[in-house]
Amino acid sequence: MKKTVLAATTAVSVAMLSLAAATTASAELKVGMITTLSGGGASLGVDVRDGFQLALKMAGDQQIELLIEDDGRKPENAVKIADKFISSDKVDVLTGIIWSNLAMAVVPKTVRGGTFYISPNAGPSALAGKGCHENYFNAAWQNDNLHEAMGNYANDAGYSKSFILAPNYPAGKDALTGYKRFYKGDAAGEIYTKLGQTDYAAEIAQIKNSDADSVFFFLPGGMGIAFMKQYAQSGVDLPVLGPAFSFDQGILGAVGDAALGVKNSSQWSKDLPNPANKAFVEAFTEEYGRLPSLYASQGFDTANLILSAAAKTEVSDKAAFRDALRAADFESVRGDFSFGPNHHPIQNIYVREVIKEGDVLTNKIVSTGLEDHSDAYAVDCKM
Amino acid sequence: MSTLLIAEQVLNGLQLGVTLFLMAAGLTLVFGVMGLINLAHGSLYMIGAFCCAFVSVETGSFFLGLLAGMAGAAVAGALLEMVVMQRLYARDHLDQVLATFALILIASEGTRWVFGDVPLFLDVPEAFSGTIELIGGLTYSKYRLLIIFVGLLVALGLYWLIARTRLGMRIRAGESDREMIAALGVNIRLVYTIVFALGAALAGLAGSMVGALSSVQVGMGEPVLILAFVVIVIGGIGSVKGALIGALLVGLVDTLGRVFLPSFFQLFMNNSDATTLGSSLASMAIYVVMAIVLAVRPQGLFPATGTSSA
Amino acid sequence: MSRESRVSLVVLVGLPVAAFIAHISGETYIINLLTRMTVLGLAGIGLNFALGYGGMVSFGHAAFFGLGAYVTGIAAFHAFDDSLFATVPFELASTNQMLQIWLIALLLAGLLALLIGFISLRTSGVYFIMITLAFAQMLYYFAISWPTYGGEDGLSIYLRNEFPGVQTDKAFSFFLLCFAILLLVLLLCWRFVNARFGAALQGARMNALRLSSIGIAPFPVKLTAFVISAMIVALAGALFAELNGFVSPTSLSWHMSGELIIFVILGGVGRLVGPLIGAIVFVLLETYLGGLTDRWQFFLGLILLATVLFANGGIMGLIGGRTRHD
Repeated sequence: MKKTVLAATTAVSVAMLSLAAATTASAELKVGMITTLSGGGASLGVDVRDGFQLALKMAGDQQIELLIEDDGRKPENAVKIADKFISSDKVDVLTGIIWSNLAMAVVPKTVRGGTFYISPNAGPSALAGKGCHENYFNAAWQNDNLHEAMGNYANDAGYSKSFILAPNYPAGKDALTGYKRFYKGDAAGEIYTKLGQTDYAAEIAQIKNSDADSVFFFLPGGMGIAFMKQYAQSGVDLPVLGPAFSFDQGILGAVGDAALGVKNSSQWSKDLPNPANKAFVEAFTEEYGRLPSLYASQGFDTANLILSAAAKTEVSDKAAFRDALRAADFESVRGDFSFGPNHHPIQNIYVREVIKEGDVLTNKIVSTGLEDHSDAYAVDCKM
Repeated sequence: MSTLLIAEQVLNGLQLGVTLFLMAAGLTLVFGVMGLINLAHGSLYMIGAFCCAFVSVETGSFFLGLLAGMAGAAVAGALLEMVVMQRLYARDHLDQVLATFALILIASEGTRWVFGDVPLFLDVPEAFSGTIELIGGLTYSKYRLLIIFVGLLVALGLYWLIARTRLGMRIRAGESDREMIAALGVNIRLVYTIVFALGAALAGLAGSMVGALSSVQVGMGEPVLILAFVVIVIGGIGSVKGALIGALLVGLVDTLGRVFLPSFFQLFMNNSDATTLGSSLASMAIYVVMAIVLAVRPQGLFPATGTSSA
Repeated sequence: MSRESRVSLVVLVGLPVAAFIAHISGETYIINLLTRMTVLGLAGIGLNFALGYGGMVSFGHAAFFGLGAYVTGIAAFHAFDDSLFATVPFELASTNQMLQIWLIALLLAGLLALLIGFISLRTSGVYFIMITLAFAQMLYYFAISWPTYGGEDGLSIYLRNEFPGVQTDKAFSFFLLCFAILLLVLLLCWRFVNARFGAALQGARMNALRLSSIGIAPFPVKLTAFVISAMIVALAGALFAELNGFVSPTSLSWHMSGELIIFVILGGVGRLVGPLIGAIVFVLLETYLGGLTDRWQFFLGLILLATVLFANGGIMGLIGGRTRHD
């Protein structure tokens, strides 16, 4: 009896250990990517992954070993995968997380443990201010950035009564705070909707009955698609403003013509004229047969940031590697790019307009919303 | 707040209620007749919406899409019933919950496999796009009016089907005594498959119609599923009349709660706190209503007669 | 010894042995994975107490799991910046002692379960399933929109709380702590089930009428079992928060309630160690299927479906033989 117990458990443990060890091969630099590849938000994770892999392929790089795992958009899973990557696979750099709540679950522990984390998408304020860390870099934006640019644009466009709405969760509150930080007019109304809500009839009726001259909304994913379609049906014709998330390449097809003419803010656009971007858009379209999205551009930049640091120094020298990352010595597809004191980007945020190229909806840049913009939390960061 | 706005919000509540009814009717029938608790009903809603979006884009006709949405969901439902559900009727609720929970995983990931990661495009048909003026200067979306109309039509149709037709008689007989009706030589298996496919078609209809207004994407059925369960539990499981009343109640409470709770708290709080608190309470409102209804009437508002399993 | 007891013994000896092997080969990830199985198994055992023995199909036990997790998270949150844990009804200083945190978690979960159970147990069947779900959903939406403790972002626990005599920040020590609690709870459950109370509880499940006719009212028996079950699940939630160093509203979501039910059914309803086996298998599937394919949820669904359809009685029923009589 005892023998069977021992034999069974030894067999199980050996199997598990060998599975854990199977991935351990030698490479100069190991990158672990935790991203969302299944379930509702999978398209964002797939874009980040594809952009990242494209950059490695274009660089013809052999020294980076990339491990990818799916978090299914669950914080608990992200924590588990991070644990595996760090303690079992011994990765040097973690990246890939799409959502702020997953980032908050993984990042603080990771960077305190001495592993680098480079964010290709989420930038919660808690990690930009008091909670900043020398091993944490954000290659996308601080969460408030795009909303701030839209607030600034609203002033320029002469709007003085914006109706603003966002889902009732932290990123939604950050969005409205960010908008109001730059917007100088009054709010004609302020609504927090239920997270995941798909019917906005009640909210649109309130907009219709207010004296607003413009509408600003932050409703990521399917919520934004639903809102735009219903807004178009409602007969309200106030101008709509929003961050790029609801008007990005992956989502425009589903929104349809309802999105035409909408102004949205983004740090990147397909038509940015720099050579790095031209090469990226061409290579991405060729490789994957679809236009790149904002998220793909961020994945691409993240990979190039890591490559630039790896070209300068060994990752085993953490201080040198950190300095190399901080220098951000790579050709970003968004043009000028550097890190502020809290390791968040200093970059232009553009205002884009949704247009039609032939049959395909896409964006073109119409103006610059904020130039060399940093974020409001950098002053709280003591590194 | 003006009377017009209140009237419009009541219409919005009705429209939400009517869509919920389309979902809830199938759930409650399947439970009433077969005693099956089906968590995968939301997946049928999603399958309907995907079929509708696909056919609409291919043919350019929304109404062909709508038919495809209903047919697709009905076929999926019938297949599901014959392959999986029939094995579950004799099991307890626990097994049914887990098996249909597993079906959600399969349906969601399978749909993503077939249609890809990005949401599909589906728009309101040209003829029903825009608004129409009702009495007294109230303008309202034509498409939403269409939804209300279709939903009420379905409610009437279901009433007629159950009260006046041979199939309806068998359904009612199946609800009260399953063994007896089988002993009388009625092909009860066929009745089950038809009832299940009918419920699925209604879910597909709801998915297609709502999909044109919201977004057609994987996971779209889950929030609606939970709401539909709230509806049938409030209404009394197995009762189509209860489902209708419950759906309208939930639709109105949810919509009016979202609008009026924040304004209510603004009377004695500062704006931003009131908005946060009001929105939080609004998202809990229907569950509070449900808990109160069940605390007072443990069998729901209209307990179906003859079901011993509820 | 019955086959069920033998299988149980293999699992209960196997877990610590596996953890020990992982410990000496320095694989902390494997130890954490085993701790995860232990803690989720504990939650499953808690649910099984209400569901398997009492026949109460609760689709809302995530409420208690999340409550335990949040008590831990909130305590750590206040201990981190040295603020008060609670000011109403009396001032309570924050603490980083697991025992004190658990006491609070158990008390709160017990009270909440008393309230939910008091209302829900008036209903039965599908109504019970749905009303427990409704209560969990209320807490879920409350947690998402309540800004003080992070809303949807959740709360990070930077330092694991302390337990007298145990180095809780070491993976193996923490595993042993969780495992010891699991054994203790199993022992308690076993005593309960085989005592008069257990007989009354199973009687309430099988035939409430007959139970009343011998002079035992089923309602208090069921309510007590519901409360005990909730407290066990809350304890598991508290341990889960410590393990992840993180609390989020997903621990309150209906998917979590669904997963708890999966552990119970996968392992075998009404079997003492069944839910632990269910949790072990589920974590293994989740971890290693995910490494094989992005479509892992599809195959997980197929496996679960096959288990329900063809292995009635769960894994325990399959390998342990049928012992339960309804």
